[in-house]
Amino acid sequence: MSADNWIWQLDRIIPSTAEDCRDVVEELLDQLRQRNWDERDLFGIHLSCEEALMNALKHGNRMDASKKIEVSCRISDDKVRVEIADEGEGFDPEAIPDPTDDEYLDMPSGRGVMLMRNFMTRVEYLEGGTRVVMEKERS
Amino acid sequence: MAEYRRIEINEVGDVTVVHFKDPKIIEDMGIQELGQELFRLIEQENRLKLVLNFASVDFLSSAALGKLITLEKKAKALGGTLKLCNIRPEIYEVFLITRLNRLFDIKEDEAEALAAF
Repeated sequence: MSADNWIWQLDRIIPSTAEDCRDVVEELLDQLRQRNWDERDLFGIHLSCEEALMNALKHGNRMDASKKIEVSCRISDDKVRVEIADEGEGFDPEAIPDPTDDEYLDMPSGRGVMLMRNFMTRVEYLEGGTRVVMEKERS
Repeated sequence: MAEYRRIEINEVGDVTVVHFKDPKIIEDMGIQELGQELFRLIEQENRLKLVLNFASVDFLSSAALGKLITLEKKAKALGGTLKLCNIRPEIYEVFLITRLNRLFDIKEDEAEALAAF
């Protein structure tokens, strides 16, 4: 099936607040539940969206409510795509230390991108790290 | 007895068992409060044997993991012991991916956690 056969989509520009981020995630998860995606997929998508949005909110827009987050979600029968962009300065995801190294194992932060990469099928950072595109193929 | 908004505690011998009130440990202010309540258990109430029972938790973010890591460090610094139990498979996978299963002592259920002290 072509990845372009989207059966549901959402495009929204939201303020940098946790509540607005959560509303979008809940809307996406509701749509996936209605289409009977399994719990493990939902958990991974939920976690990845949460981590990506919190990165955009905290590290990108630095909780500045005047800055916006752009969110696009697409669902097909067998795939979900989520794209999130912030107004921050960007970052180099490759420069994040590996949190599973013994040296960093007890660091309290720095695991979000790793979790996204594990739970999603594809995670790509664009535009200097201000935009992330994530895809998950249905199990 | 102190009041807690994010946790419920009960005592089994000299061990304090912690249950979480929120099924989703996700919201930023909630995570901050949860951290403060957990830290208070060991730092102010001197509860140095803790079991964190995740039976009621079906989702947590990496920010919540950060609080657990800080709690583990604080407990260790004070000579305390922390055990985790009843973690649902999806969340346990998060611990495996991040290798935090090596940092934390994770038991199958509360009985096993209590027996391990």
